[in-house]
Amino acid sequence: MLTIKTEEEIEIIKHSSLLVGETLAEVARYLKPGVSTATLDKVAETYIRDHGAVPGFKGYRGFPATLCVSVNDEVVHGIPGKREIREGDIVSVDCGVLKNGFYGDSAYTFGIAPVKENYIKLMHITRESLLRGISRAVAGNRTGDIGSEIQQFTESHGFSVVRVLVGHGLGRKLHEEPEVPNFGQRGEGVLLRERMVICIEPMINFGKKGVTQDRDGWTIRTKDRLPSAHFEHVVVIRKQQAEVLSSFDEIEKAINAINNDHIWLNN
Amino acid sequence: MAKQLVIEQDGVVRESLGNAMFRVELENGHMIMAHISGKMRMHYIKILPGDKVKIEMSPYDLTKGRITFRYK
Repeated sequence: MLTIKTEEEIEIIKHSSLLVGETLAEVARYLKPGVSTATLDKVAETYIRDHGAVPGFKGYRGFPATLCVSVNDEVVHGIPGKREIREGDIVSVDCGVLKNGFYGDSAYTFGIAPVKENYIKLMHITRESLLRGISRAVAGNRTGDIGSEIQQFTESHGFSVVRVLVGHGLGRKLHEEPEVPNFGQRGEGVLLRERMVICIEPMINFGKKGVTQDRDGWTIRTKDRLPSAHFEHVVVIRKQQAEVLSSFDEIEKAINAINNDHIWLNN
Repeated sequence: MAKQLVIEQDGVVRESLGNAMFRVELENGHMIMAHISGKMRMHYIKILPGDKVKIEMSPYDLTKGRITFRYK
Protein backbone atom coordinates (compact mmCIF):
# COMPACT_ATOMS: atom_id res chain seq x y z
CA MET A 1 0.00 0.00 0.00
CA LEU A 2 1.26 3.44 -0.85
CA THR A 3 1.44 5.61 2.18
CA ILE A 4 1.43 9.36 2.21
CA LYS A 5 3.06 10.51 5.44
CA THR A 6 1.97 13.36 7.67
CA GLU A 7 4.44 16.14 8.47
CA GLU A 8 4.81 14.74 11.99
CA GLU A 9 5.73 11.32 10.65
CA ILE A 10 8.20 12.86 8.21
CA GLU A 11 9.83 14.66 11.13
CA ILE A 12 10.31 11.33 12.96
CA ILE A 13 11.72 9.65 9.85
CA LYS A 14 14.12 12.56 9.46
CA HIS A 15 15.23 12.09 13.05
CA SER A 16 15.87 8.37 12.42
CA SER A 17 17.64 9.08 9.14
CA LEU A 18 19.98 11.62 10.69
CA LEU A 19 20.86 9.10 13.37
CA VAL A 20 21.87 6.72 10.58
CA GLY A 21 24.16 9.43 9.21
CA GLU A 22 25.73 9.91 12.63
CA THR A 23 26.17 6.17 12.99
CA LEU A 24 27.94 5.97 9.67
CA ALA A 25 30.14 8.85 10.81
CA GLU A 26 31.00 6.87 13.93
CA VAL A 27 31.85 3.89 11.73
CA ALA A 28 34.06 6.15 9.60
CA ARG A 29 36.08 7.02 12.71
CA TYR A 30 37.04 3.37 13.09
CA LEU A 31 37.48 2.58 9.45
CA LYS A 32 41.08 1.91 8.55
CA PRO A 33 43.19 -0.89 7.11
CA GLY A 34 43.30 -3.92 9.42
CA VAL A 35 39.98 -3.39 11.15
CA SER A 36 37.53 -6.27 10.81
CA THR A 37 34.05 -5.68 9.49
CA ALA A 38 32.63 -7.29 12.63
CA THR A 39 34.28 -4.56 14.70
CA LEU A 40 32.56 -1.90 12.62
CA ASP A 41 29.28 -3.68 13.17
CA LYS A 42 29.78 -3.65 16.90
CA VAL A 43 30.65 0.05 16.87
CA ALA A 44 27.47 0.82 14.96
CA GLU A 45 25.23 -1.29 17.17
CA THR A 46 26.58 0.27 20.36
CA TYR A 47 26.18 3.75 18.94
CA ILE A 48 22.61 3.12 17.83
CA ARG A 49 21.55 1.59 21.14
CA ASP A 50 23.21 4.43 23.07
CA HIS A 51 20.99 6.82 21.19
CA GLY A 52 17.75 5.14 22.15
CA ALA A 53 17.21 3.34 18.89
CA VAL A 54 17.26 -0.23 17.63
CA PRO A 55 19.30 -1.52 14.66
CA GLY A 56 16.90 -1.64 11.74
CA PHE A 57 18.46 -4.54 9.84
CA LYS A 58 19.10 -6.95 12.67
CA GLY A 59 16.52 -9.68 12.39
CA TYR A 60 14.99 -8.24 9.23
CA ARG A 61 14.15 -11.40 7.28
CA GLY A 62 16.83 -13.04 9.41
CA PHE A 63 19.71 -10.67 8.65
CA PRO A 64 22.19 -11.24 11.47
CA ALA A 65 23.85 -7.83 11.85
CA THR A 66 23.43 -4.09 12.27
CA LEU A 67 25.38 -3.06 9.20
CA CYS A 68 25.67 -4.36 5.70
CA VAL A 69 29.37 -4.07 4.94
CA SER A 70 30.08 -4.83 1.31
CA VAL A 71 33.70 -4.74 0.23
CA ASN A 72 34.85 -4.37 -3.40
CA ASP A 73 32.97 -6.88 -5.55
CA GLU A 74 30.27 -7.26 -2.93
CA VAL A 75 27.43 -5.06 -4.08
CA VAL A 76 25.22 -4.95 -1.00
CA HIS A 77 24.02 -6.99 1.99
CA GLY A 78 27.50 -8.15 3.00
CA ILE A 79 27.41 -9.73 6.44
CA PRO A 80 30.08 -8.33 8.78
CA GLY A 81 32.60 -10.90 9.91
CA LYS A 82 36.29 -11.62 10.31
CA ARG A 83 37.22 -10.01 7.01
CA GLU A 84 39.72 -7.21 7.46
CA ILE A 85 39.62 -3.96 5.55
CA ARG A 86 42.67 -3.50 3.36
CA GLU A 87 44.26 -0.62 1.53
CA GLY A 88 42.63 0.09 -1.79
CA ASP A 89 39.28 -1.43 -0.78
CA ILE A 90 36.05 0.30 -1.52
CA VAL A 91 33.69 -0.38 1.32
CA SER A 92 29.98 0.21 1.12
CA VAL A 93 28.39 0.54 4.54
CA ASP A 94 24.59 0.41 4.71
CA CYS A 95 22.83 1.10 7.97
CA GLY A 96 19.27 1.25 9.24
CA VAL A 97 17.74 2.21 12.56
CA LEU A 98 14.31 2.01 14.11
CA LYS A 99 13.37 4.83 16.44
CA ASN A 100 9.96 6.05 17.62
CA GLY A 101 8.32 3.51 15.36
CA PHE A 102 9.91 4.72 12.12
CA TYR A 103 12.92 3.55 10.16
CA GLY A 104 15.89 5.45 8.80
CA ASP A 105 18.07 3.92 6.09
CA SER A 106 21.19 5.25 4.40
CA ALA A 107 24.39 4.01 2.83
CA TYR A 108 27.80 5.39 1.98
CA THR A 109 30.77 3.99 0.10
CA PHE A 110 34.19 4.65 1.59
CA GLY A 111 37.41 4.35 -0.34
CA ILE A 112 40.38 3.20 1.71
CA ALA A 113 43.43 5.06 0.40
CA PRO A 114 45.16 4.53 -1.91
CA VAL A 115 42.23 3.81 -4.22
CA LYS A 116 42.66 3.20 -7.93
CA GLU A 117 41.79 6.21 -10.04
CA ASN A 118 38.96 4.55 -11.94
CA TYR A 119 37.39 3.18 -8.78
CA ILE A 120 37.33 6.70 -7.42
CA LYS A 121 35.47 7.65 -10.55
CA LEU A 122 33.00 4.83 -9.93
CA MET A 123 32.23 6.13 -6.44
CA HIS A 124 32.04 9.67 -7.67
CA ILE A 125 29.64 8.86 -10.49
CA THR A 126 27.48 6.69 -8.23
CA ARG A 127 27.13 9.51 -5.76
CA GLU A 128 26.44 12.01 -8.50
CA SER A 129 23.79 9.69 -9.98
CA LEU A 130 22.06 9.57 -6.60
CA LEU A 131 21.83 13.36 -6.56
CA ARG A 132 20.59 13.40 -10.14
CA GLY A 133 17.98 10.79 -9.26
CA ILE A 134 16.85 12.89 -6.34
CA SER A 135 16.44 15.89 -8.63
CA ARG A 136 13.79 13.88 -10.51
CA ALA A 137 11.93 12.87 -7.38
CA VAL A 138 9.22 15.52 -7.49
CA ALA A 139 5.46 15.21 -7.22
CA GLY A 140 3.92 14.33 -10.58
CA ASN A 141 6.94 12.41 -11.81
CA ARG A 142 7.09 8.63 -11.80
CA THR A 143 9.63 6.18 -10.41
CA GLY A 144 10.79 5.54 -13.98
CA ASP A 145 11.90 9.17 -14.23
CA ILE A 146 14.29 8.65 -11.33
CA GLY A 147 15.48 5.33 -12.70
CA SER A 148 16.08 6.48 -16.24
CA GLU A 149 18.07 9.49 -15.02
CA ILE A 150 20.35 7.28 -12.90
CA GLN A 151 20.67 4.68 -15.63
CA GLN A 152 21.47 7.11 -18.42
CA PHE A 153 23.98 9.04 -16.38
CA THR A 154 25.90 6.02 -15.09
CA GLU A 155 25.80 4.08 -18.35
CA SER A 156 27.09 7.11 -20.23
CA HIS A 157 30.21 6.73 -18.09
CA GLY A 158 30.52 3.06 -18.97
CA PHE A 159 29.22 1.64 -15.70
CA SER A 160 26.15 -0.54 -15.25
CA VAL A 161 23.11 -0.63 -12.98
CA VAL A 162 22.21 -3.63 -10.85
CA ARG A 163 18.72 -4.85 -11.78
CA VAL A 164 17.63 -7.27 -9.09
CA LEU A 165 17.93 -4.78 -6.25
CA VAL A 166 15.87 -1.64 -6.04
CA GLY A 167 15.13 1.29 -3.78
CA HIS A 168 11.93 1.29 -1.77
CA GLY A 169 9.41 3.22 0.24
CA LEU A 170 10.21 3.75 3.91
CA GLY A 171 8.19 4.35 7.03
CA ARG A 172 6.87 2.07 9.75
CA LYS A 173 8.37 -0.75 7.75
CA LEU A 174 11.86 -0.94 6.28
CA HIS A 175 10.56 -1.83 2.84
CA GLU A 176 7.30 -0.28 1.73
CA GLU A 177 5.68 0.44 -1.59
CA PRO A 178 6.66 1.66 -4.11
CA GLU A 179 9.70 -0.03 -5.60
CA VAL A 180 12.21 2.51 -6.88
CA PRO A 181 14.40 0.91 -9.54
CA ASN A 182 17.64 2.58 -10.57
CA PHE A 183 16.82 1.88 -14.19
CA GLY A 184 13.79 2.29 -16.38
CA GLN A 185 11.90 4.41 -18.83
CA ARG A 186 10.85 7.96 -18.42
CA GLY A 187 7.17 8.31 -17.60
CA GLU A 188 6.75 4.74 -16.44
CA GLY A 189 6.32 3.30 -12.99
CA VAL A 190 4.49 4.50 -9.92
CA LEU A 191 3.28 8.09 -9.73
CA LEU A 192 5.10 10.07 -7.06
CA ARG A 193 2.91 12.11 -4.78
CA GLU A 194 3.66 14.74 -2.21
CA ARG A 195 4.78 13.49 1.22
CA MET A 196 5.70 10.02 0.01
CA VAL A 197 8.97 8.87 1.59
CA ILE A 198 11.30 6.79 -0.56
CA CYS A 199 14.87 5.53 -0.47
CA ILE A 200 16.86 6.09 -3.62
CA GLU A 201 19.90 3.87 -3.73
CA PRO A 202 21.86 3.42 -6.92
CA MET A 203 24.03 0.30 -6.89
CA ILE A 204 26.48 0.80 -9.71
CA ASN A 205 28.86 -1.84 -11.03
CA PHE A 206 32.23 -1.06 -12.51
CA GLY A 207 31.86 -3.87 -15.04
CA LYS A 208 28.73 -5.66 -16.10
CA LYS A 209 25.36 -5.59 -14.42
CA GLY A 210 25.10 -9.29 -13.55
CA VAL A 211 25.18 -10.28 -9.88
CA THR A 212 25.18 -13.51 -7.93
CA GLN A 213 24.13 -14.35 -4.42
CA ASP A 214 26.48 -16.05 -1.99
CA ARG A 215 25.58 -19.24 -0.16
CA ASP A 216 24.97 -17.23 3.01
CA GLY A 217 21.71 -16.14 1.40
CA TRP A 218 22.52 -12.44 1.66
CA THR A 219 25.73 -11.19 0.11
CA ILE A 220 25.22 -9.97 -3.44
CA ARG A 221 28.37 -10.05 -5.52
CA THR A 222 29.10 -8.90 -9.05
CA LYS A 223 29.33 -11.77 -11.49
CA ASP A 224 32.54 -10.43 -13.05
CA ARG A 225 34.03 -9.79 -9.58
CA LEU A 226 34.67 -6.15 -10.37
CA PRO A 227 33.85 -3.61 -7.69
CA SER A 228 30.52 -1.97 -7.09
CA ALA A 229 29.53 1.23 -5.28
CA HIS A 230 26.36 2.12 -3.41
CA PHE A 231 24.97 5.34 -1.96
CA GLU A 232 21.56 5.78 -0.41
CA HIS A 233 19.44 8.70 0.75
CA VAL A 234 15.97 8.92 2.24
CA VAL A 235 13.92 11.58 0.48
CA VAL A 236 10.42 12.94 0.83
CA ILE A 237 8.60 13.93 -2.33
CA ARG A 238 7.71 17.62 -2.54
CA LYS A 239 6.18 19.82 -5.20
CA GLN A 240 9.25 21.60 -6.51
CA GLN A 241 12.20 19.65 -5.19
CA ALA A 242 12.57 16.56 -3.05
CA GLU A 243 13.65 17.10 0.52
CA VAL A 244 16.56 14.88 1.54
CA LEU A 245 15.98 13.53 5.04
CA SER A 246 19.24 11.68 5.55
CA SER A 247 22.59 13.42 5.42
CA PHE A 248 26.21 12.66 4.59
CA ASP A 249 27.45 15.82 6.33
CA GLU A 250 28.35 14.10 9.59
CA ILE A 251 30.15 11.33 7.74
CA GLU A 252 32.27 13.73 5.77
CA LYS A 253 32.99 15.82 8.82
CA ALA A 254 34.24 12.69 10.57
CA ILE A 255 36.44 11.75 7.63
CA ASN A 256 37.86 15.26 7.52
CA ALA A 257 38.48 15.38 11.24
CA ILE A 258 40.29 12.14 11.90
CA ASN A 259 40.88 9.57 9.29
CA ASN A 260 42.00 11.82 6.53
CA ASP A 261 44.95 9.67 5.55
CA HIS A 262 42.95 6.50 5.35
CA ILE A 263 39.74 7.47 3.70
CA TRP A 264 39.41 9.14 0.41
CA LEU A 265 36.90 11.98 0.64
CA ASN A 266 34.19 11.86 -1.95
CA ASN A 267 32.85 15.26 -2.88
CA MET B 1 19.11 -1.87 2.69
CA ALA B 2 18.09 -2.50 -0.87
CA LYS B 3 14.96 -4.44 -1.60
CA GLN B 4 15.65 -7.65 -3.42
CA LEU B 5 13.33 -8.60 -6.22
CA VAL B 6 12.30 -12.21 -6.49
CA ILE B 7 14.44 -13.82 -9.16
CA GLU B 8 14.38 -17.50 -8.39
CA GLN B 9 11.51 -19.49 -7.00
CA ASP B 10 10.45 -23.09 -6.77
CA GLY B 11 7.23 -24.41 -8.18
CA VAL B 12 5.42 -27.53 -9.24
CA VAL B 13 4.49 -28.29 -12.84
CA ARG B 14 0.72 -28.59 -13.16
CA GLU B 15 0.15 -28.96 -16.88
CA SER B 16 2.19 -29.55 -19.98
CA LEU B 17 1.16 -27.30 -22.84
CA GLY B 18 3.48 -28.48 -25.58
CA ASN B 19 6.05 -26.32 -27.34
CA ALA B 20 8.18 -26.62 -24.20
CA MET B 21 5.63 -24.55 -22.31
CA PHE B 22 4.24 -25.49 -18.94
CA ARG B 23 1.80 -24.17 -16.45
CA VAL B 24 3.57 -24.05 -13.09
CA GLU B 25 2.19 -23.42 -9.65
CA LEU B 26 4.61 -21.40 -7.52
CA GLU B 27 5.12 -21.90 -3.84
CA ASN B 28 3.09 -18.77 -3.16
CA GLY B 29 0.13 -20.27 -4.98
CA HIS B 30 0.34 -18.26 -8.20
CA MET B 31 -0.05 -20.04 -11.52
CA ILE B 32 2.36 -18.87 -14.18
CA MET B 33 3.38 -19.85 -17.69
CA ALA B 34 6.91 -21.14 -17.92
CA HIS B 35 9.06 -22.38 -20.73
CA ILE B 36 12.07 -24.57 -20.37
CA SER B 37 15.47 -22.98 -20.74
CA GLY B 38 17.40 -23.58 -23.95
CA LYS B 39 20.18 -25.29 -22.10
CA MET B 40 17.80 -27.81 -20.57
CA ARG B 41 16.37 -28.45 -24.02
CA MET B 42 19.82 -29.10 -25.41
CA HIS B 43 20.37 -31.73 -22.79
CA TYR B 44 16.96 -33.32 -23.35
CA ILE B 45 15.83 -32.89 -19.79
CA LYS B 46 12.24 -34.05 -19.70
CA ILE B 47 9.65 -32.38 -17.55
CA LEU B 48 6.36 -33.95 -16.54
CA PRO B 49 3.39 -32.65 -14.60
CA GLY B 50 4.10 -33.08 -10.89
CA ASP B 51 7.82 -32.30 -11.16
CA LYS B 52 9.29 -29.76 -8.80
CA VAL B 53 11.22 -27.14 -10.75
CA LYS B 54 13.23 -23.99 -10.22
CA ILE B 55 11.82 -20.93 -11.99
CA GLU B 56 13.66 -17.78 -12.97
CA MET B 57 11.51 -14.70 -13.28
CA SER B 58 11.83 -11.13 -14.40
CA PRO B 59 10.33 -8.34 -12.34
CA TYR B 60 8.75 -6.92 -15.47
CA ASP B 61 6.35 -9.72 -16.22
CA LEU B 62 5.25 -11.77 -13.26
CA THR B 63 3.04 -14.08 -15.29
CA LYS B 64 5.85 -15.78 -17.15
CA GLY B 65 8.98 -17.58 -16.11
CA ARG B 66 11.80 -19.80 -17.27
CA ILE B 67 12.43 -23.27 -15.91
CA THR B 68 16.12 -23.57 -15.11
CA PHE B 69 16.26 -26.74 -13.04
CA ARG B 70 14.24 -29.88 -12.49
CA TYR B 71 14.60 -31.37 -9.03
CA LYS B 72 14.89 -35.11 -8.75
